[in-house]
Amino acid sequence: MAIIERPTDSPALAGAGAGVVTPSSSYGYFRRPVQSTGWKSWAFTVDHKKIGIMYGVVAMLFFFVGGFEALLIRAQLAQPDGTILSADKYNQMFTMHATTMVFLFVMPMASAFANYMMPLQIGARDVAFPRLNALSLWTFVFGGIFINSSWFLGGAADGGWFMYAPNSSVPFSPTNGVDFWTLGLLMTGVASQVGAINLIVTALNMRAPGMTLMRMPIFTWMALVVQFLLLFAIPIITVALFLLLFQRNFDATFFSVADGADPLLWQHLFWLFGHPEVYIIVLPAFGIISEVLPTFARKPLFGYPFVVFSGAAIGLVGFGVWAHHMFAAGLGPISVAVFSVATMAIAVPTGVKIINWTLTLWGGKLWFSTAMLFAIGLIVQFTIGGLSGVTHAVAPSDTQQTDTYYIVAHFHYVIFGGAVLGLFAGIYYWWPKVFGKMLNETWGRWNFWLMIIGMNLTFGPMHIIGLQGQPRRMYVWTESRAGEGFFNLGMWNLVSTIGSLILGIGAVLFLVNVWVSRKNPPAPADPWDARSLEWITTSPPKEHNFDRIPTVHALDEFFHRKYEDVGEDGRHDYKQVRTGEQVIENEEANAEAHIHLPSPSYWPIILAFGVLVISYGVIYSTLLLAAGAAIAVLALFGWALEPPTADDSEFEPPSSDGGQPSKELAHV
Amino acid sequence: MSIDNDTHTTDTNSSEVVSQLEHDDLHAHEISDKNYVLIALLLAVLTAMEVAVTEISSVPESLLIPALLLMMAVKFFVVVSYFMHLKHDAALFKFGFYIGLAGAVVLYSVMLTTFHFFIN
Amino acid sequence: MSDTTTEPPVMPEPETEIPAGYDDGQDHIGLAHHTTTGLSNTKLAMWLFLGSECLLFGGLISTYMLYRNRQGDAIGPDQLWDIPFTSATSFILLMSSLTMVLAVSAAKRKDERGTRLWLTVTALLGGLFLAGQVYEFTVFYREGLGYTTSLFSSSFYTLTGFHGVHVAVGIIMLLSLVGMLAKGRIVGDKAETVEMVGLYWHFVDVVWIVIFTLVYLIPA
Repeated sequence: MAIIERPTDSPALAGAGAGVVTPSSSYGYFRRPVQSTGWKSWAFTVDHKKIGIMYGVVAMLFFFVGGFEALLIRAQLAQPDGTILSADKYNQMFTMHATTMVFLFVMPMASAFANYMMPLQIGARDVAFPRLNALSLWTFVFGGIFINSSWFLGGAADGGWFMYAPNSSVPFSPTNGVDFWTLGLLMTGVASQVGAINLIVTALNMRAPGMTLMRMPIFTWMALVVQFLLLFAIPIITVALFLLLFQRNFDATFFSVADGADPLLWQHLFWLFGHPEVYIIVLPAFGIISEVLPTFARKPLFGYPFVVFSGAAIGLVGFGVWAHHMFAAGLGPISVAVFSVATMAIAVPTGVKIINWTLTLWGGKLWFSTAMLFAIGLIVQFTIGGLSGVTHAVAPSDTQQTDTYYIVAHFHYVIFGGAVLGLFAGIYYWWPKVFGKMLNETWGRWNFWLMIIGMNLTFGPMHIIGLQGQPRRMYVWTESRAGEGFFNLGMWNLVSTIGSLILGIGAVLFLVNVWVSRKNPPAPADPWDARSLEWITTSPPKEHNFDRIPTVHALDEFFHRKYEDVGEDGRHDYKQVRTGEQVIENEEANAEAHIHLPSPSYWPIILAFGVLVISYGVIYSTLLLAAGAAIAVLALFGWALEPPTADDSEFEPPSSDGGQPSKELAHV
Repeated sequence: MSIDNDTHTTDTNSSEVVSQLEHDDLHAHEISDKNYVLIALLLAVLTAMEVAVTEISSVPESLLIPALLLMMAVKFFVVVSYFMHLKHDAALFKFGFYIGLAGAVVLYSVMLTTFHFFIN
Repeated sequence: MSDTTTEPPVMPEPETEIPAGYDDGQDHIGLAHHTTTGLSNTKLAMWLFLGSECLLFGGLISTYMLYRNRQGDAIGPDQLWDIPFTSATSFILLMSSLTMVLAVSAAKRKDERGTRLWLTVTALLGGLFLAGQVYEFTVFYREGLGYTTSLFSSSFYTLTGFHGVHVAVGIIMLLSLVGMLAKGRIVGDKAETVEMVGLYWHFVDVVWIVIFTLVYLIPA
């Protein structure tokens, strides 16, 4: 039975053992937060699991916000001369739909998984810098609220999620919307940047004994690559955002063509970030299904080293193709040719992954759980999106396709069909571990199939209408230009809208599933007979994750503890010698005597709040800016001065010392 | 046909754990305060040279600019390698920093090239 | 423990190894706790951060390089630069790197007074550099180079402004460090903390090495 150390300030009491809690204080006045239940235990937590859950919940909220925005767009385009959205509102709608989906749903949802799972997968108790982790979360949350508050404060940003300048400068975007966008993304950028440093150090420095890099689970590998992409891409968009901010607020001339500015500067800076960004979006999903497919095919991942290196290759080459978003911008034939070839090259490592996943399934004993359905769905749907992507790589054909719905089709197939399906696979796969309950498989099937049917009905026709010439970002289409017969834009727009409704219902079914499953019996610790370290825990994991840090002898360590190879003559024949529960029991029986956990802290959320106030101050009032800066500086010093016992846990173990009963489920 | 490709070994000694020898090696490369002053002197001399070179009007631009860039680079790497101790520090630190530096140089140079910056 | 008659064989006990990242009470050379690579978490984090800062300053420098000749009829670099003055401030910043490294050296020797002394001198030299910048900008402004005057002016002030803010943050960190050292409020390895602030400070100096050459010395 592990004893969670509760340190004391006074040496005299140190020998008295458990039972005395004397939390130290900040600035000599405020006691550190110590609660283990209630809202405070969430607001001031530094526990990567709680932070991961909060990332996931908030991201899911924004998924529905962005989805609602999409439905409004589709409603507008369902008929000719639509009147649901004015031109101005339409611009805001597609800008915010994309911004919300990319920055406030997909990226944070991936962070949710990375935060929750990476430490568990590498056998650690938390990330390298737990308070920085909390800072990332709260900066993201406040950033998301900040951007969306623009809806109620004069109008949202309306320049498209890529916010091309000078269109995004004041003469053409006079409301504060673009400033909300700029500042909000600066905030979420800080969250991502800080998180990237945190997770890279975690993955490199906090692995369990015996876990070499080539024994790390693929999800952790892909998450690591993504953090490097973020580390180097976020500063680039930071520059662009500051230039735009200064243009709009201080009359800088960076994008004033009359003064000799070149609008291509924005495009380069944005897409230098923007292209790595799409790999940031999709690689976590690739990592997730690289876990799900082997588990439900009852086979190890085919070609583990190839999957690792292709992931790294995608990340690296991904930095070299950005100008393929600018083929029609007038770069000149040499630049265009170079980027065209580079873009074709990046299809190769992605293809390697598709092959490896397919070969993982080949010859396996397939178990079509909901998670598996989503994972297979990714392979199929992403490949379709990849194929249209290859057609974009050919610059002459892209000149036809660019700014049409054909591009919209492409990126929705890769983002929705790739990233979103992958994230849902992860949700269904890891739900029992995180929440201690199984999600209902029947509702899960309905969730999956409606989403698949919905997405194909929504985005499939966009290939057709795009090639027929329907431009992006046009708030209406008219009968007279709709064309005839099979290619009639009207018909396909209507189909697309109906598809989006089906998709929406499918998404809502996920929420229904969560609701319906809330009273399910406790889930087993190892419901899927899985392969990696995060399953050598209770469901949900104990606060300290592992009673004993596992020592790793192989890739798929958990699998090898359950199954022994009894094959002869070089053939492999795996026989189960232990259940997952028995492996866990063995770990519990050998629990470490002393476990140190990082302590909760006020400063991350306060610092994030200070940054929020600064952002409002930039738009509204210098006084507010100064107030926000003061809060931030105070928080920074409080953080730096936080008492020396910061590394030790100071709060009660769950369900002891009276007070509220523990909300944790019974452990298996 | 065996498809299993687990790396199943019983080796638990992570090859990445720094050995005692390596730790001692790090300490052996301590630069003395006196040497730091000498390095600073070198940097000051280089700066003076840079300024001097720009004053000489007879130097053509095609020579001047590469010369300045070279001196700038030398100063850069001297500070990074010795003052920041990167030369004698772990490979991982070098990796993290130089990838960023190389990335910046390459990406922004390509960007400026598309603006015909280097072709007058 | 397992009942061997009905349970599978007891798992062989793995050799006890120190879990990564956690304090096991043993003394590890230079590290507060054991890590997989044997390298300090904080130091790794700082180098990664500095790597990313290359991309930040690279973007600002590229923007400047693109726009350095676009001042129209307004005043341009050739008419503005006071190379002797800027050389002097550059020299000051360079010397602050020397004093910084001496501070780190003192910290490693556990020379508390020496550490605080050199940190303070570094902060002073940094402050002197900033004062020089402020003076220089005031002169430029009076000569007609406002922030919004031209592309050249916006880019110049933004680039040097970002650098200046980094210097200012560095000075605050240096002085805070002096205070915290004096009051014994440093958590963990003191020498490492000084070294981390040092890395940041040197980086800020190194950025200026690049700016000085590209902005001031290379003819427009």
